[in-house]
Amino acid sequence: MTAAPILALDGVSKRFVRKLDAAEKIANLFGARRREQVVHAVDGVDLAIAPGEVVGLVGESGCGKSTLGRIVAGILEPSAGTVSYEGQDVAKLTGAARRKVDLAVQMVFQDPMASLNPRLRVIDIIGEAPVVHGLVSRAEVEDYVCDVMTRVGLDPATRRRYPHQFSGGQRARIGIARALAVRPRVLVCDESTAALDVSIQAQVLNLFMKLREELALTYLFVSHDLGVVEHIADRVAVMYLGRIVELAPAEELFRAPNHPYTRALLEEVPRLEPKKKTFSALKGELPSPLSPPSGCHFHPRCPHAFGRCRAERPALKAVGPGRVSACHLNDRAA
Amino acid sequence: MSDPVLSVRDLVVEFSSREGVLTAVNGVSFDVAAGEVLGLVGESGSGKSVTGLAVLGLIDPPGRIASGSIRLKGEELTCKSEPELRRLRGRDIAMIFQDPMTTLNPVLRVDTQMIEAIRAHEKVSERAARDRAREALARVGIPSPEERLVSYPHQFSGGMRQRVAIAIALLHRPAVLVADEPTTALDVTIQAQILSEVQQLAAESGTALVWITHDLSVVAGLADRVAVMYAGRIVEEGRVADVLERPAHPYTNGLIGSVPSRNRRGEPLAQIPGMTPSLANLPTGCAFAPRCPRADAACTTPPGVTRAGDARAFRCFHPLIPVEAAA
Ligand SMILES: Nc1ncnc2c1ncn2[C@@H]1O[C@H](COP(=O)(O)OP(=O)(O)OP(=O)(O)O)[C@@H](O)[C@H]1O
Ligand SMILES: Nc1ncnc2c1ncn2[C@@H]1O[C@H](COP(=O)(O)OP(=O)(O)O)[C@@H](O)[C@H]1O
Ligand code: SF4
Ligand code: SF4
Ligand SMILES: [Mg+2]
Ligand SMILES: [Mg+2]
Repeated sequence: MTAAPILALDGVSKRFVRKLDAAEKIANLFGARRREQVVHAVDGVDLAIAPGEVVGLVGESGCGKSTLGRIVAGILEPSAGTVSYEGQDVAKLTGAARRKVDLAVQMVFQDPMASLNPRLRVIDIIGEAPVVHGLVSRAEVEDYVCDVMTRVGLDPATRRRYPHQFSGGQRARIGIARALAVRPRVLVCDESTAALDVSIQAQVLNLFMKLREELALTYLFVSHDLGVVEHIADRVAVMYLGRIVELAPAEELFRAPNHPYTRALLEEVPRLEPKKKTFSALKGELPSPLSPPSGCHFHPRCPHAFGRCRAERPALKAVGPGRVSACHLNDRAA
Repeated sequence: MSDPVLSVRDLVVEFSSREGVLTAVNGVSFDVAAGEVLGLVGESGSGKSVTGLAVLGLIDPPGRIASGSIRLKGEELTCKSEPELRRLRGRDIAMIFQDPMTTLNPVLRVDTQMIEAIRAHEKVSERAARDRAREALARVGIPSPEERLVSYPHQFSGGMRQRVAIAIALLHRPAVLVADEPTTALDVTIQAQILSEVQQLAAESGTALVWITHDLSVVAGLADRVAVMYAGRIVEEGRVADVLERPAHPYTNGLIGSVPSRNRRGEPLAQIPGMTPSLANLPTGCAFAPRCPRADAACTTPPGVTRAGDARAFRCFHPLIPVEAAA
């Protein structure tokens, strides 16, 4: 990567403590030894995103994609590590400087219905933040909202309607319009098309690509749908149990995956090729993040695991220009 | 094709609502043979689930099967009473759902539920039933089935729960299994495992499989034939390879173009303009006409079924394949 990153994560971790519930506390009074459990949702992630780039983030459910996305968007604080925006450590920023970063990185959610206030009209949903943050005056807001709606393919004549009066695809557009209204430079999209029908998903993906061109946006695109990520991303990060295990330009990753997990994952993607295929190369399920396997987290499912894999965490190492992968096999080959 | 195990003809399912009578399934016909997999594809609201539920006799008021015929091994189901249907369900015909908790009881242990399901249709000892249950769990890829038998559904992951539901559905080797998006909520890795297991089990026991999904790619890898639904009708049907490689119906063509694929990385996806119509106000002619690039004046009357060859049928006045050549 040549350009200085717009966003950089450095050793970012997030731990959640699952507190004891009432029953467990009572059990403890009677001598049980239930302890609070710690989930390592994100575990030492380094990731730099260049301006204008689309980085896809993929992995199985529960591997930490959304948590990482929310840290990037500033909704969650990391437990360790730093997030920098244009070279500045975001945690150290205060006042106006912090607000600028908060506006510059916006999140677009999966379920637009759950994230849109049902009692607000679309004009207020989209127009509220830009007025609050002084980007437009109250007098101008109506015109401004109409512009943003037009940009995302919504009819401005519908601006006085409520969210439930729109279809799923239109609600997705409202969510995108709300994020765009504060003139962000980075969009974090978390499963933003997952709830949509394929024909509507295609419309929304095309919209994301059009906006990228028009507004020079940078994207972190979180999805469990590898087909979508392959289509839209320049680079792809593959996560497994809180760690990035491979990061590579999308074309190369899909053509020649390096990490055994990436290889297994790609094999499972159903393709539009009419061939009765025999599914299933990858056995078992994602282990619990409460007690992740030692060494390489993937070793219990990995067909190539050997002694070292159980003992030592593999580091992300270069396996080609602009490509890194965390697997001990790469040391053997070298 | 050998004699179909399941044969549906001109099925019409209606729901009465405040807006009047909605026709959710409007003249659907299909056959499935033993050991065959039929993919039933369409976007949300197209009538896939209602079709599946109708086959099992599970349409409740305000819905009803208004007309049509559903034959299981030649036997008409639409005129059967609820007790008669209950005897068939689980034994000769079974269904799995997107949410496995539709079939599983959250407050009963897995062994209790499975033993009950076995003994509902067969006179066997509790012990023998338990052995069968354990084998069934092992067959769908559940590790340590003996331990799992004494667990409750909430102690399983989503994928494991779906496996238990599948194990229960296949207990009596039903002649027909209707699967309504059972892998939609699951990761690709788990989806792949389940698809492969179901594929194998259906082939072994000669079960005819109706696999409902909105995902054409799943059908591509799994099914022998595919039926594409739009607004309550099957608009195209044929062998999977034929339909995916040379779709006849503009809607099928649009769906295929909407799927992100590796050949067209970064290019805009073909998009079908507009949105799926509401059943309350369908166009009078072809329901796809307002979104169709080929629509013309002819399309203001409903297109009938055109057959092209023995295995291909579609409802369209201006198909994308030459009809004479295929016939
Ligand atoms: N607020 C929280 N409290 C406790 N644990 C949490 C919290 N949020 C997430 N986790 C846990 O952190 C891990 C990662 O969750 P995350 O939501 O990031 O996964 P994901 O990759 O986005 O999964 P999905 O594909 O299902 O959306 C999971 O084990 C999850 O249960
Ligand atoms: N119980 C019901 N009452 C009224 N309408 C229903 C009911 N179930 C389904 N429908 C309607 O029937 C149509 C088809 O639904 P469904 O078969 O569930 O679609 P899908 O193809 O997504 O499975 C939809 O318009 C839906 O709203
Ligand atoms: S480090 Fe070992 S276990 Fe991990 S992916 Fe590589 S070979 Fe497999
Ligand atoms: S009948 Fe007409 S409107 Fe309907 S799909 Fe065919 S060409 Fe399009
Ligand atoms: Mg998530
Ligand atoms: Mg359905």
